[in-house]
Amino acid sequence: MAKALLNYLDPGAIVLGVEAGSDQDVIRILSDRLHRLGYVKPSFAEAVLAREATLPTGLPLGLDNNVAIPHTDPEHVLKPGLAMATLCRPVTFCNMEDPDEKLQVSVVFLMALNDKDQQIEMLQEIAMTIQSAETIAALMQSNTVEDITRLLA
Amino acid sequence: MTKQKTVLFACGTGIATSTVVAHAVEDALKERGITFNSRQCKATEVASQIDDVDLVVSTTQLPKDLGKPVITTLAFLTGIGKAEALDKIEAVLRD
Repeated sequence: MAKALLNYLDPGAIVLGVEAGSDQDVIRILSDRLHRLGYVKPSFAEAVLAREATLPTGLPLGLDNNVAIPHTDPEHVLKPGLAMATLCRPVTFCNMEDPDEKLQVSVVFLMALNDKDQQIEMLQEIAMTIQSAETIAALMQSNTVEDITRLLA
Repeated sequence: MTKQKTVLFACGTGIATSTVVAHAVEDALKERGITFNSRQCKATEVASQIDDVDLVVSTTQLPKDLGKPVITTLAFLTGIGKAEALDKIEAVLRD
């Protein structure tokens, strides 16, 4: 259902059941994966954190499990890629539409984007994934990277 | 036939969520028989890009008093309230 996601979602950048104390922890963990896998420059993590502080990326889904899609400017990206985390306990992200509103987030997609026209498919499939309460629930219940790739294939 | 209107799609980086929203709105309004010119920018660039724009659709907060209609919505990302958001956009573009 979301095949294009798998073109970008590196299995080495999928982290399940993360114990994170804050949104910043999750962003650092996933940025580190993308950096080690060669997708982003060393400056990426701090750039994402800085952007999150002023322009947050939490998306309210009206569910127990909200989603966040942190990202930053193309200059910190080497090649497009996607990292994903499910959290064993939600962390707080602020609402993209209203930074004063705090959201409990359990699924995080960290996006490394450098060309919007080439990555529109990935962006659309993230939106499609987010819009399916069933898929979000299934992602949360996945225990292995293979579960995730099967789910999204 | 009146002049085609221009919609400016804004988000934090000008590349991620505004891209999703622009495509979703273009497709949905085409089905409603409406086409428009589409541009994208960062939220911080809206004020400098707004002169020839008829409507701004943003996923993030924008400065107040831009002097043009602004619709801030996450509906095209989360799916929640999509029909209502499209109705609002259509109303501005048909005006």
